[in-house]
Amino acid sequence: MSSSTEWPLWEVFVRSRRGLSHTHAGSLHAPDAEMALRNARDLYTRRSEGVSIWVVPSAQVTASSPDEKDSFFEPAGDKPYRHPTFYEIPEGVKHL
Amino acid sequence: MAAVTADQTAQAGADRPEGADGALEAAFDAAVAADERIEPRDWMPDAYRASLVRQMAQHAHSEIIGMQPEANWISRAPSLRRKAILMAKVQDEAGHGLYLYSAAETLGTGREELLDKLHAGRQRYSSIFNYPTLTWADVGAIGWLVDGAAITNQVPLCRCSYGPYARAMVRICKEESFHQRQGYELLLTLSKGTPAQHEMAQDAVNRWWWPSLMMFGPPDDASAHSAQSMTWKIKRHSNDELRQRFVDICVPQAEALGLTLPDPDLRWNEERGQHDFGAIDWKEFQEVLKGNGPCNEQRLTQRRRAHEEGAWVRDAAVAYAEKHTATHTAARNGEATA
Repeated sequence: MSSSTEWPLWEVFVRSRRGLSHTHAGSLHAPDAEMALRNARDLYTRRSEGVSIWVVPSAQVTASSPDEKDSFFEPAGDKPYRHPTFYEIPEGVKHL
Repeated sequence: MAAVTADQTAQAGADRPEGADGALEAAFDAAVAADERIEPRDWMPDAYRASLVRQMAQHAHSEIIGMQPEANWISRAPSLRRKAILMAKVQDEAGHGLYLYSAAETLGTGREELLDKLHAGRQRYSSIFNYPTLTWADVGAIGWLVDGAAITNQVPLCRCSYGPYARAMVRICKEESFHQRQGYELLLTLSKGTPAQHEMAQDAVNRWWWPSLMMFGPPDDASAHSAQSMTWKIKRHSNDELRQRFVDICVPQAEALGLTLPDPDLRWNEERGQHDFGAIDWKEFQEVLKGNGPCNEQRLTQRRRAHEEGAWVRDAAVAYAEKHTATHTAARNGEATA
């Protein structure tokens, strides 16, 4: 974070209804966590889009690097046998 | 509205005001009745929380103990293809354990505590994993029958009343499909192979069939937790109901494999529209639960040893992280004063 007086950035996660996980909705600026929650409510749930909100300081998010995308995810690329469709099951056999 | 961090959410139940229990309990009951999910910050009865921790811990423990019988065959898989598949499967079981431990942690119980209880024999894992894997065909029988029974049990858990558990089960069920199909394909290959291979497949099915039926737990009238779990919608179907469903699914699958199920009383009941099947040896089940199965001692000893032998890896990771943080902090301070 720079030494500017700008409020820190917060990532906002909204649970749209019980039973679903929180998903990323967007971000906003706020001076502290409590204000971030209130602002998130006003910004992202004006039409009752959520029943629960998480806010996380953006600076606290560690993200994988887009440059490394290929090598980072490569290990899963050559393992088609992790998918059920890899296996031949005789026709007519159900519930598999 | 008080700001709480996500990792404090589990303790939120303790915030409830004195004397308002009645209203909170009514709200909880209404949510369950309306088929809504209970989420970590919601108030919930202590017994509901305890029951979930017990079940999710046992489930998580089963996933990681379940790695052992199959891992036994990784180094002896008959081809590179089969070896890669088996490694991927055992790796998935570890993953499933981690999904479930983290779901259990949303209830305020730490992972170390859960592992300690497993290692001390104070929490259980599924009795099925106390049977040995004697031949390569057992890998197939486990995939088809043990994972098949697990799927029959787990699909309804995707609608369990506790949100984090239900969501973990959705993930797990998607992945289980590969487990079951690789087992079925393996058994089919053996069954259509040489007479000796066919016999090996049949022998494995003979040994795993009855323990798989026991995986659904004791009969309904002898099941300690069933009724309450059904009221709370943690469970959606009774043990006997799910066991019957599994038998009905397996019979045609066994026919397609060219293998028989080791039960002389197994036959279609036209009237019920279901299969009748023979009596389960519940004495054997109780013995295995008590710790007297063929591999109980071996499984727990191996689990404890793996945990102890892994201690240096965990220590090293922490030491590295601390060193890394110190280096970064020093660099930042250097910049600031330069």
